[in-house]
Amino acid sequence: MTAYDKPLPKIDTLTRPFWELAKDEKLAVQLCNDCGDRHFPASPVCPKCLSKDQGWEVVSGRGTLFSWVTFHRAYWNGFAKDLPYDVCLIELDEGPFFVSNLVDAGGEAAVGARVEVVFEPITDEITLPKFKLAT
Amino acid sequence: MSDFRALKDKVAVVGVGNTRYGNFPETDDYGLGADAFRDAVADCGIDKNEIDGLLVCRIPYYARMGEILGISPRWTIPLPPHGRMASMGIIEAVAALEAGLCKYVALIYANIGRSRRVNYGGEESPNIWDPWGYTSPGAAHAMMFQRHMALYGTTTEQLAEVSVAFRHNAGLNPDAVMRKPITIEDHENARPIVLPLRLLDYCLINDGAVCMILTTKERAKDLKKPPVMISGLGGREAFAHASLSNFERDFFYPQLQEIAAETYGMAGVGPSDIDAFMCYDNFSPTVLFSLEGLGFCGRGESGSFVEGGTLKVGGKLPTNTDGGHLSNSYMQGWALNVEAVRQLRGECGERQVPDCEVVQFIAATPCSRSIIYTRG
Repeated sequence: MTAYDKPLPKIDTLTRPFWELAKDEKLAVQLCNDCGDRHFPASPVCPKCLSKDQGWEVVSGRGTLFSWVTFHRAYWNGFAKDLPYDVCLIELDEGPFFVSNLVDAGGEAAVGARVEVVFEPITDEITLPKFKLAT
Repeated sequence: MSDFRALKDKVAVVGVGNTRYGNFPETDDYGLGADAFRDAVADCGIDKNEIDGLLVCRIPYYARMGEILGISPRWTIPLPPHGRMASMGIIEAVAALEAGLCKYVALIYANIGRSRRVNYGGEESPNIWDPWGYTSPGAAHAMMFQRHMALYGTTTEQLAEVSVAFRHNAGLNPDAVMRKPITIEDHENARPIVLPLRLLDYCLINDGAVCMILTTKERAKDLKKPPVMISGLGGREAFAHASLSNFERDFFYPQLQEIAAETYGMAGVGPSDIDAFMCYDNFSPTVLFSLEGLGFCGRGESGSFVEGGTLKVGGKLPTNTDGGHLSNSYMQGWALNVEAVRQLRGECGERQVPDCEVVQFIAATPCSRSIIYTRG
């Protein structure tokens, strides 16, 4: 097996819970324990009320396709063999936006389509949440 | 709504300058910046030692720039190398001059992205979405345009009208980097970069520098060229999706609507009064979003609005008469503001818009800004 050669996420205190949950095939967003705001990417304070009392909430993994694009240029060498590849912007049912890859769309992607999360382990530590059209 | 009306016609652009645009590995940001500064100083006829305000953008170290130019001003602002900074910087200079913090401001921008092979994506600009391969400001515009097509039926052929018109205008500008005419078919067949965008939807990357000199209305009277007044301005940020870089979920429409009310209200004009339009065009879709947000056409109607050469010199709304970022030069908004000044002075030769009295600049970005320039 060749070494994984695409960019890996930067894991720090703020983002570690997200990646630990992803490894268990759970998609999570940050939840403010004071005002209930759900947001992503992780923020050191709640963007709505500035509280520091925040945790993570596992979400349904379902959402709608807000938009998507197809990369024909590899900005990293590691992506060259995947060209062209789709990147999607998902509006999760719980509110936050999430960027991911749309897998196995087979040319059927359409703005507003229902999508659901799938998980792809890429290293021993990292599992990437990706999305497919909902069945 | 904030009200900037007190700043109407208080500050003038009195000098503009630029280098040639291209690939200049033999020099650097400072060398190019100094050339543009010399050009602007000569244009306005000021003694450079009178300049007591310095705003630099994309220049590595403001103090070194001052050392090179032999000036130690009493007001200095360095701005980061983002395209949205041009009109932000000009508005800051207006405020500083009107507040009396300085008397003459030189604003200097330089870019060496071509000779240094800047990519505007990948490892140069780490982002949390990198693991999924999402990078580059162009991708954000592709994401927005895909949605615009889905919501309003806009087509890539309509988008092509933007690139084709600006290339036409560049053909009238002897200094533009890309002057060979292109067709809608050329646009449709261009190399895909991040679909739905192709090569001809992307701005150039080239070296060059631009300088503007601003002062108050009273001081402007004594200088070489007729002053160009800053008659309207407005701005609004959209930071809610900043990690997506250059993305706004609603095509910057809410921000642009507020800016339109603010800027037109201050200048006392409306879209139908704009003789030439200078539209920040890092990627072609932003032109469509700008036209809708400011009210040049209805929501979702920009595709049909630009059909048939609307944006060409000689068209209904001459836009980016120098060729813009897509075909003249990637000076990140600065060259378009210089072009606005030159149009109002009547210095544009073959691309001159007849009887040009009101010119508007817009940058639809996470820091959207608009400026209306008029003849002094």
